[in-house]
Amino acid sequence: MNVLALDATPVVPELQDTRFTVPGIRCAGCIAKIERGLAELDGIESARVNFSAKRVAIRHETRLNEETLGKALRELGFEAQPVLENPLARDDGETRMLLRALAVAGFGMMNIMLLSVSVWSGAGGTTREMFHWLSALIALPTIAYAGRPFFSSALMALRYRRTNMDVPISIGVILATALSVHETIVGAEHAYFDSAVMLLFFLLAGRALDATMRGRTRAGIGALLSSMGRSASVIRPDGATERVAADRLRPGMMMLVAAGEALAADGEVEHGKGAIDNAMLTGESTPEPIAPGSPVHAGAINLFDPLHVRVTAVAGDTAIAEIARLMDEAGQSRSRYVRIADRAARLYAPAVHSLAALAFAGWMLTGAGWHQSLVIAIAVLIITCPCALGLAVPAAQVVASGALIRRGLLVKDGSALERLAEVDIALFDKTGTLTLGSPQPDLSALDDDARAVALGLAQNSCHPFSRGLVDSLRDSGIKPEPIDHVREEGGKGLTGLWNGTEVALERPDGQSAVMAAQLRIGGRCWTLPFSAPLRQDAREALDRLAALGIESRILSGDRSDAVGAVARELGLFARAAASPQDKLAELDRLKQQGHFPLMVGDGLNDGPALAAAHASIAPGTASDVSQQAADAVFIGERLVPVALAVQVARRTMQIVRQNFVLAIGYNALAVPLALLGLVTPMIAAIAMSMSSIIVVGNSLRLARAAR
Amino acid sequence: MSLLTFLIPIALGMGAAGLAAFFWAMRNDQFEDLDGAANRILIDEEDEV
Repeated sequence: MNVLALDATPVVPELQDTRFTVPGIRCAGCIAKIERGLAELDGIESARVNFSAKRVAIRHETRLNEETLGKALRELGFEAQPVLENPLARDDGETRMLLRALAVAGFGMMNIMLLSVSVWSGAGGTTREMFHWLSALIALPTIAYAGRPFFSSALMALRYRRTNMDVPISIGVILATALSVHETIVGAEHAYFDSAVMLLFFLLAGRALDATMRGRTRAGIGALLSSMGRSASVIRPDGATERVAADRLRPGMMMLVAAGEALAADGEVEHGKGAIDNAMLTGESTPEPIAPGSPVHAGAINLFDPLHVRVTAVAGDTAIAEIARLMDEAGQSRSRYVRIADRAARLYAPAVHSLAALAFAGWMLTGAGWHQSLVIAIAVLIITCPCALGLAVPAAQVVASGALIRRGLLVKDGSALERLAEVDIALFDKTGTLTLGSPQPDLSALDDDARAVALGLAQNSCHPFSRGLVDSLRDSGIKPEPIDHVREEGGKGLTGLWNGTEVALERPDGQSAVMAAQLRIGGRCWTLPFSAPLRQDAREALDRLAALGIESRILSGDRSDAVGAVARELGLFARAAASPQDKLAELDRLKQQGHFPLMVGDGLNDGPALAAAHASIAPGTASDVSQQAADAVFIGERLVPVALAVQVARRTMQIVRQNFVLAIGYNALAVPLALLGLVTPMIAAIAMSMSSIIVVGNSLRLARAAR
Repeated sequence: MSLLTFLIPIALGMGAAGLAAFFWAMRNDQFEDLDGAANRILIDEEDEV
């Protein structure tokens, strides 16, 4: 996706590249529409969509800036955010490295097998010796290259006096290789190059699957993240404005905050009035009115006219930074979680090593001589090496996460699935989680013309009501009418001219209704009541959770009357007006009672709770911080994926345990043969591939788990 | 035996060629956007005229 970014600038200096994340790309039509629509515009040379990452790379003349391009995308009907840097590229590198190692191991394995099969089927004498030498020639570089991920991880573990899955793997591979080289030199009957390389191949397949799964969901989540509030327009003393990154803002600077822009630092309003949307920070759903002198916090979104804000606190001192600090501390407990593969390795590795040592000692005692004893000990090590064990966990988790992605849930990594399987109590935030994020209007009173006018007006505003209106009108396929002279006045509403008639979308007279807007076309008026409806399937999701034995509660930062209404409707125990600290305390209390809480929330104020909970899920509309803190993100308007996540996670753990039994059981069958010194490289190869295939086959059953 | 001196290098060479092709594809971002490639087949080229 960043090819364009790399090779353009030096050759043709007047062209540059800008990348946007466009979460709305859903089908081939979107790709065509964006690429062609942008390419037609003056000054844009080409546009390339990356569908998986939901990104667009635009190659354009330098005279076009981010705002013009963003506007062009919006005119094509897509919400877009410029991508500043690519923090995800580093992890991409890991997947690529594993894939390369896998390809090399696969190449080595196939060629060595070709030679081995000839040896097994009876090649003897010089032919066999030559084939062993050829195998060595292929195997040594292959193992040196493809084994690096395991060797380095094993070294790291040993350096900290611990052991993980990679320690027995590395020892097994290195010993088998060394023994085979020795056998080749002395011209003996068996060489184990094929086993060593095959072991690496299957294990790398597991690792690559694991990395691909993380990469795939990261791309999905990265597409949802915006560059919200990471920079600000600063007015310099001479009156000019410049873009300054959030970490270079200083107290006393004057920020110019455009409509729809998020604040990058805490400050005080100097000039301008209107309202800000604090939903991400506090969970409050109603916009907060502001006037000169009002304090505003980083992360809040300016809804109306441009504001001049004097910076009072930056970076480390802002309200957001306080939440980030809480999150850091809260996340500590989760990083101590030990994944099931490592727990298995802790039991398995000592058992494997002592068995091999016992075999060596036993055969020495019978007087077999060190050479034969060593060959047998290594055969035991190869046979018991956790080849299928390395696949057991990732194969199941990849299939499960693939099934969940199709149902709109992105799970970040395998450890998240393991923790999701253990939860026994669920805590829900209200705004944006149990309810839909934006208020939804009741449009039944409007005819088609009025709807088109309403859309034409509303798409000019960032007010939550306008956005709710735009969403529901776009969904019903209404095309906006062109409106001229649109003006937005904070606290009042939008006015404009439609075919010469004065139209307005404004606050209703009399202020009686709490949540309503009024549409006026000439002399005719309609009142549009707004409500923040529950997600349609909230009831079903909670019932499903209850069926899994999980109790649900509400833990919200919103006012108690708003929370109470939802709690009564759903029949849940609720706690309202909880600060981020309160939420953390509540989670700690539950943990101390021995519960494994699941937190589902979207706001910035939920961030620490999401990081502290045993497992956490955030909706795709959540703040960046929350999505990064959560283990999984669900997309769309349905809440059922939350219940599905737990259900599939539990099913996955069942399959993982079955895989362990199958993998260990299969190898255990071959262990007596190995102990008796009867294992040939052929038996090792068959045992290894059969157990791997069985484990992968068993994992594939999870593909239907999310139905 | 003399056949082997031809066949084995040929077999190795073909495997190595496959490996090289894979490395080339990785380096040229052929695996960057698999879902996109699957979707692009549906785009009607004639629209562009």
